[in-house]
Amino acid sequence: MKVARLAATVAAAGLALTLAACGGNPTNTASGSDTSGASASSSGSGGSGSTAPIVVGSASFPESEVLAEIYAQALQAKGIDASTHLDIGQREAYIGALKDGSISLFPEYTGNLLTYFQPNATQTAPDDVLTALKAALPDTLTVLTPAAAEDKDSYNVTADFAAKHHLTSIADLKGISGLSLAGNPELKTRSYGVPGLQKVYGISGIKFTAISDSGGPATLKALTSGKVDVADIYSTTPSITQNHLVTLTDPQHLIAAQNVIPLIRKDHDNATVDQTLDAVSAKLTTQSLLDLNAKLNGPSKPKASDVAAQWLKDNGLA
Amino acid sequence: MSVFSQAMSWLSDGAHWQGDDGFPHRIAQHVGYTALTVAIATAIAVPLGLWIGHTGRLRGLAVAVTGALRALPTLGLLTLMVLWRGIGLTPPTIALVVLAIPPLLAGAYAGLESVDRATVDAARAIGMTEWQVLGRVEIPLAMPLILGGIRSAVLQVVATATIAAYIGLGGLGRYLIDGLAVRDYPQMLAGSLVIVVLALVLDGCFAVLQRVLSPQR
Repeated sequence: MKVARLAATVAAAGLALTLAACGGNPTNTASGSDTSGASASSSGSGGSGSTAPIVVGSASFPESEVLAEIYAQALQAKGIDASTHLDIGQREAYIGALKDGSISLFPEYTGNLLTYFQPNATQTAPDDVLTALKAALPDTLTVLTPAAAEDKDSYNVTADFAAKHHLTSIADLKGISGLSLAGNPELKTRSYGVPGLQKVYGISGIKFTAISDSGGPATLKALTSGKVDVADIYSTTPSITQNHLVTLTDPQHLIAAQNVIPLIRKDHDNATVDQTLDAVSAKLTTQSLLDLNAKLNGPSKPKASDVAAQWLKDNGLA
Repeated sequence: MSVFSQAMSWLSDGAHWQGDDGFPHRIAQHVGYTALTVAIATAIAVPLGLWIGHTGRLRGLAVAVTGALRALPTLGLLTLMVLWRGIGLTPPTIALVVLAIPPLLAGAYAGLESVDRATVDAARAIGMTEWQVLGRVEIPLAMPLILGGIRSAVLQVVATATIAAYIGLGGLGRYLIDGLAVRDYPQMLAGSLVIVVLALVLDGCFAVLQRVLSPQR
């Protein structure tokens, strides 16, 4: 028994070492080249055409992967040595990878990134979030110009319901009595959910139905079948366009801004990189994200790199 | 403070024992879903099981079908039903009925099969009709196993009726789903403890019932 346990411990330790080595290897080579790159770029700081290789990371969801591919391929088109390291998982993991230099660029979302560095942040308007974010970032990292594209909670109604009640913004919901809303259970208590709709937009008597699929098929069905009037669905979910839903605007910024923004290591940032990524951000709208996601979820399941290449071509960026 | 003691104070908070979100209301809903589901499933599965057990027909099919039903993931079935019927009471009820049928069916046909063939033959020999054989001999003798099937179905449904909360209905699942959504682990644990206690109490009731209704007292 003891021997078996000892053997298991040894095996586990060995496995941990192997894993650490696996995780460590690319890190080492990358940070090795980083240091040289960093010195190169600091000597020629601000100068264009620095050759520090850029590794673009992504989180483990299709939208993040395609954005990383877009960044990387746009940079490659300008002759910059850029590659991707996709599917890094949660924010804890990839911020760590950015800090240690194993990746150098990441497509981020302003609001969530701000909350990561400053959990009690209350800013919601895009400019306020950006200002607070810039102040909250660690010294080694910076953000470039944000895109108009946002992936965040959004309140949606069917086209019929919108036409019937003349709805374009959340504020227009105020007059409707007995309004029913579906969304994830946390919407009942979170500031951007039922309490915010009441406090910020003065919509009272909301009948809330918690559906735990993050705006997925069950939430959609509840909305399209008329069981609920309004549903919280992430703003870049293809089902919004596929079902001709109307996403209500949020003039009071109840929901924190989540603009797509390049998060980059300062030692990899230079004028060429800035120009290239600013040009990408200028073309990137929420509608672009919807189209990209719809393509990625399409029947042929195309590769993120192909979808990214097509988007860059369509927008004259590559 | 550990999560466990936090859960205990969550449980003992008077505010959590009143109103629509309070335990009495949630327990009532939970028992309601369970009763509805088991009643429907019993109406389907027990007559079918009795027929299979009495006639000996389709037994192989029944074994195969109940095995297949047992393998269906209830949450997946719930999502499928929601896509078909929309949200409401129907989808979770169907999903839970499917969950409850296998133990009920098995209890019924296994119960009848367990009855000594000599006893059944004797009943026929003294001139009982088939209905009399079933009603006066087979069912009373099979009652412990039939009840065992109901007991097992009730336990499974009580434990699984939490999924009703996934699509916005009530019941004790609300504490699990709402707690998880905002990482309120004491609330989740408190809800789980109430479900465990409810399951044990119901199981205890059936244990007593099974003993009372057994023919060999």
